[in-house]
Amino acid sequence: MKFTEDHEWLEENDGIVTVGITKHATEQLGDLVFVELPEVGAEVGRGDDVCVIESVKAASDIVAPLDGEIVEINEAIVEDPTLVNADPTGAAWFFKMKLTNAAEMNELLDEDAYNALIE
Amino acid sequence: MADLQKTPLYDLHVELNAKMVPFAGYEMPVQYPPGVMKEHLHCRAAAGLFDVSHMGQVRIRPKTGDLADAALALEKLVPVDVLGIGVDRQRYGFFTNDAGGILDDLMIANRGGHLFLVVNAACKEADFALMQAGLSDVCDLEIIKGRALLALQGPAAQTALARLAPEVADMTFMDVATVQLSGAQCWVSRSGYTGEDGYEISVPDRQAETLARHLLDRNEVQAIGLGARDSLRLEAGLCLYGNDIDETTTPVEASLNWAIQKVRREGGDRAGGFPGAARIFRDFTYGPKRKRVGMLPAGRAPMRAGTRLFADESAADPIGAVTSGGFGPTLQGPMSMGYVSAKYHDVGTVIYADIRGKRMAATISPMPFTPAGFKR
Repeated sequence: MKFTEDHEWLEENDGIVTVGITKHATEQLGDLVFVELPEVGAEVGRGDDVCVIESVKAASDIVAPLDGEIVEINEAIVEDPTLVNADPTGAAWFFKMKLTNAAEMNELLDEDAYNALIE
Repeated sequence: MADLQKTPLYDLHVELNAKMVPFAGYEMPVQYPPGVMKEHLHCRAAAGLFDVSHMGQVRIRPKTGDLADAALALEKLVPVDVLGIGVDRQRYGFFTNDAGGILDDLMIANRGGHLFLVVNAACKEADFALMQAGLSDVCDLEIIKGRALLALQGPAAQTALARLAPEVADMTFMDVATVQLSGAQCWVSRSGYTGEDGYEISVPDRQAETLARHLLDRNEVQAIGLGARDSLRLEAGLCLYGNDIDETTTPVEASLNWAIQKVRREGGDRAGGFPGAARIFRDFTYGPKRKRVGMLPAGRAPMRAGTRLFADESAADPIGAVTSGGFGPTLQGPMSMGYVSAKYHDVGTVIYADIRGKRMAATISPMPFTPAGFKR
């Protein structure tokens, strides 16, 4: 699993990367009440706003961790945003993408580096 | 930056692992480990205990000893029938300015020998100055120090508080009483800011933690933070000063006509005599140009404060704006409060909000969004 400084996690499997937000992120945000996901097929650039999440108090954006194309989205978290608080690194993944440049995964943080960041 | 003040329950909040945030110059708990949603739901299902000690408490005594003199003096600052508040009863009111706008909203209680007021934390210094300037010829004003303020709200509030003092069960909505609670002399009103039955309790500082712990001892009472306090009051359709009412909103625009009793309105025995009366009477006669309304977004996205509102999907000029909005855990959906031009204020009217550049439909809706639980 890789991580970004924006508190996202990435899991690569057969060229497709699954993206979600970390437990730390959900603890900071509090209960989620709304999730808006990108369109399947959307071409996204690293740092682009791709999702909107709202907690009880405020709205936040999730950014694309790397360049690529959205290939699948997780409707379950749109139906029930509280799933993100319950299982942020499992059932509550946000979207899957095909990376433009798979090697860019190496630029991201590994688990130790992410844990050090959130100390 | 000035140091933040602490309430007498600060240590208790920290012990309960509250997330503390600065609010109106105080360190206040915004939530505890359960989180805003669970705290909100618990209050409506059982009972929640809130620390609102940051609010201002004031005693107004008539120099003549006749409470009617204090009531009439206060009536120069508020468009409320203060004289008519019965002994050990309280009313909701607001200070107005010359433009008919609202300077703060407050509770006014008749305690027999004096009036007892509770004002918002962010406005208390300005309110004190206003009352000093307006009342000190006729009244002795005391800014009460050394007392905390707690709110116990929810369907189980009566059971929880009656354990400590059985007589609180006999109080009805807006009654006020002096009650011994856990060895402390408390001033208790049957009122609150959640839409649920409950009590607001003024307790001496040094006995506040003991009382809070006795109440929290019961499984049905849980500590609740300011985050849930906000979602509870919004579901109940209650205004938050600074958001839904302010110096630019008249009470009629704010749909608070009911708080101005007939005797203070045009034609009443004590009509006017408060700041902004002319403007407020015009709003009564001709109708206000805009109205505070409830709104239910058609989709799942909340419409937050500041969201601009339009008559249709493509209109260029806004017809209003959201002043409070968020997600209702009991409602299980988003809800908002805001102002719209008068012609759009009827329940059922569909309007459009600009949310992140897209026009999303919402319907003007009655408030409260969830049914009230007051003990009448």
